[in-house]
Parts: sequence; structure tokens; C-alpha cells
Amino acid sequence: MNEKEKLIDKKGVRLDGRKADELRPVKLQVGVLSNADGSAYIEHGKNKILAAAFGPREMHPKHLAQPDRMVLRCRYHMAPFSVQERKSPAPSRREVELSKVIKESLEPALFLELYPRTGVDVFVEVLQADGGTRCASITAAALAIADAGVPMKDLVVACAAGKVDDTVVVDLFDAEDKLGTADVPVAYMPNLNAVTLLQMDGILTPDEFERAVNMAMDGCKKIYALQKEALKTKYMVVKEVEE
Amino acid sequence: MPIFFEKKQLVTPGELLAEGDYLPGENTYAEAGKIYALRIGLVDSDNKKINVVALRAFYMPKTGDIVIGTVVEVGFNGWTVDIKAPYTAILRASDVLSRPFKPQNDELSAVLNTGDLIVAKIASYDRAHDPQLTVGEPGLGKITRGQILHVTPTKIPRVIGRKGSMISMIKQETNCQIILGLNGVILVTGKTLEEEEIAIEAIKKIEAESHTSGLTDRITQLLKEKKQVKVEENKVE
Repeated sequence: MNEKEKLIDKKGVRLDGRKADELRPVKLQVGVLSNADGSAYIEHGKNKILAAAFGPREMHPKHLAQPDRMVLRCRYHMAPFSVQERKSPAPSRREVELSKVIKESLEPALFLELYPRTGVDVFVEVLQADGGTRCASITAAALAIADAGVPMKDLVVACAAGKVDDTVVVDLFDAEDKLGTADVPVAYMPNLNAVTLLQMDGILTPDEFERAVNMAMDGCKKIYALQKEALKTKYMVVKEVEE
Repeated sequence: MPIFFEKKQLVTPGELLAEGDYLPGENTYAEAGKIYALRIGLVDSDNKKINVVALRAFYMPKTGDIVIGTVVEVGFNGWTVDIKAPYTAILRASDVLSRPFKPQNDELSAVLNTGDLIVAKIASYDRAHDPQLTVGEPGLGKITRGQILHVTPTKIPRVIGRKGSMISMIKQETNCQIILGLNGVILVTGKTLEEEEIAIEAIKKIEAESHTSGLTDRITQLLKEKKQVKVEENKVE
């Protein structure tokens, strides 16, 4: 118990100096890669993640194409230097799972039935990890898809909440994630008020769970504003030149 | 029936544009009586119809469109052509050769080889089949000279201008032949390299500043300036 008490001090300040409902600083940039159809870069606290989107284009290998809809493929990958101990570059069990989770949280935002027999590829590369990479990846991947010009119902944003030292807090970083009691990542489409991903690991009471989900959704809304801003900034530059 | 935007406002996917008695136009969709944007772009309303002029999009084939494509593969009885769309297009040999096609007599790669550029019209396309091209009309076929440039497909209407005003002005001022592929590929053929360069510069300027007002005047000015420079250069010689 002693070890746990260190995570939040008596004044309610967390290890990295944040309050319970405070997000880490988020920086977003769109259109950072010229070879991809769309791309985005996110710095979420100490997380640094690149996302690139291609398509819609013909599916290769061809047998993966679906006759009635577009296929979304995601690859989540952590660079060997993204964590302190070298991570093997081969896809791990965890990365395969996260690829699937990211894909499924983005799919509801797309009109898959509009572009049959095609595929959209999204590559997410984690350059530096510090807890909450799946959420930051979803946020960046959604921006990359929007930047590629693929029609979207809404941008998808993700943010986590969890329980640390008996307190429900938002946006857990690495140490809180590992030493805390629960983690609830939520992906969300704010304009449609639709949740596209909801996971939980750890133990929460129903009451705590509800508070965690609401906190994560509030976090999502804050990041959503930044996400929209980042997407507009790319095209605003051109607009300002002429004025 | 409120509208939630100002004219020419920059919107992102998912942004609520209007509620109530409106129709979803280009790059928008309706759900439960509300209209949202589908792509990043500039909103505009036309009566009850709400449109978003996308700043980023890809080309979707439509029957009757003129496109410029690259031959990527020579097949047994035709070619596959990359038209910068989610689907690759097919061009049948019998369409190119104006006589019955016999595999034993005709060597297809002698007519069109990989890497060749063609101007073609989309003869047919639906969601179950890849687009089919035709070159059996005047002005279509293999490109032999000129320069190619790429723009975002949604900006082609801006390059054309109102009733073709922009494009005909560039053609006139630079003495260039310009073919606009609706898939965002443009062919510029002029008598001299300099004239082609001027036309390309003008088109690139249109693409970069397509969502601004008074563009036609600035393009006219650019073309005049460039021509002036050229005349002076000739005098020095």
C-alpha cells in the first residue's frame, strides 16, 4: 500500500504535477509526410506517434478485397527505441491486438459501403511511448484519414481514464497505468455523441466506472477541439498567404 | 431551421452545418434531420442545398468523364490504366484498333506500352465493375508531347473557371493547348517550353489559392507580367 500512496499526494497532485481531471499537453500536426495520402503527428505528453493513411486504393493481396465494401487495415507498431528496454521490432501479441482495436474504433466513422473492392491502409508508428498510446494513436489515425480526403462521419478522438490510489483520474501516463488499479480507454465521436471503443482493465465499482467514462469523454472533447484546429491549420496557411 | 456556418467557412468532417429543412449536397450527409460535413472544405449553401467544396479528396470515376491515365500493364486483349482513382481502368484493344482484334496478328505493346500516357473517356463504370475507357473520339488517345501536372481533383472546376473563363484565358495568353483530366491530371502542350512553363505556373497558383476571391484578376496579372518578362528577354538577345 505504501508504494501506491506515492502516486497522488495529499493535495491531490499526481506524480507528473497534474490534477485528477487534467490532461497532459497535446500537440497535433497534420500533413507531415509527403509520400502518404494523409498523415498526422501527435505529441500527447511524452508519447510521440506518427500516423499515415493511404487510399482508398486497390486491395493487395486481391483476395482480401470485399465485393460490397471498403476494407480498413491498420498497423500499430512500436519502434524498437520507443521504450526504455529495446522492443523487438516484430509485431507482438499486444500490437496485433491494438491494430485490431484501432481499426474497429475508426470503422464506424467511415462510409465503407461507398467504395467497394477498395482498401484504406493506416500505419501507426509509436516513436516514443509513455502510457495511453492506443488513445493517442486513434486520435492521430483519424486525422490522417481525414487528411487523405476520405469521407468521414466525424473525427474519432480517444482518451483514457482510470483509478489511481482510490481516485478516478483522466489520461493515465505510464507509471499510473502500471501501478494504478484500473484503466478505461474510450474512443468517441463528439458530434454524433457515439462511443466507438470502450475497454477496461482492472477493477472499478459501477459508480467509479461511470465517472471514469464521463471523465474520459470530457477529455476526448478537449482533444477534439485541438484535432479540428490542427486539421484546419494545414489549410489555413494557404488562406493567410493571400490575405 | 438554423444554419450553423458562415459562407466560405472552413469546416472539418463531422461538423454540424444545418438543421431542419435542408438538403445534403456535395461532401455532406444527413442524419436525423441534421446535416454534417464529410470532408475538410469550405461550406456554401445554394437555396436549400448545402455543399462543401472539399480541399482534399480523391477522384471517383463517372461515366463520360475525360481523364488522363498512365498505362501500367499490357494484357492479352487490352491495357490496364492508372487513372488516379481507387480503381484501375481497363482499355480494350478492340477499342483502340479500329478493326477486329486478333491476338496472333497484333502486338499490343507496339500500340501502347507501359508508361504511355493517354487521354481517354470513361465509357462505363459501376460499383461492381472497374471503369472501362474509350479513346474512340476526336482528341482522345496517346499523348505524344507536352507536360503533365497534378492537382487535387476537386480543384479542376476552379481551373476551368465560370463557364470556362479561367482556362480559356490561360489558353489564349500562353498559346498553349490544355487538356484537363477530371481525375486531377492536366496536360499542357505549347509551341515553346517557356509558354508551357507560364501556363503551369498559372495553374499551380490557381490550385494553391483556389478558395480565395479575386483570383481571376491575379492570374491575369501573373500572365501579363510573365509575358512582359519574356518579351524583354527576347529584346536582350
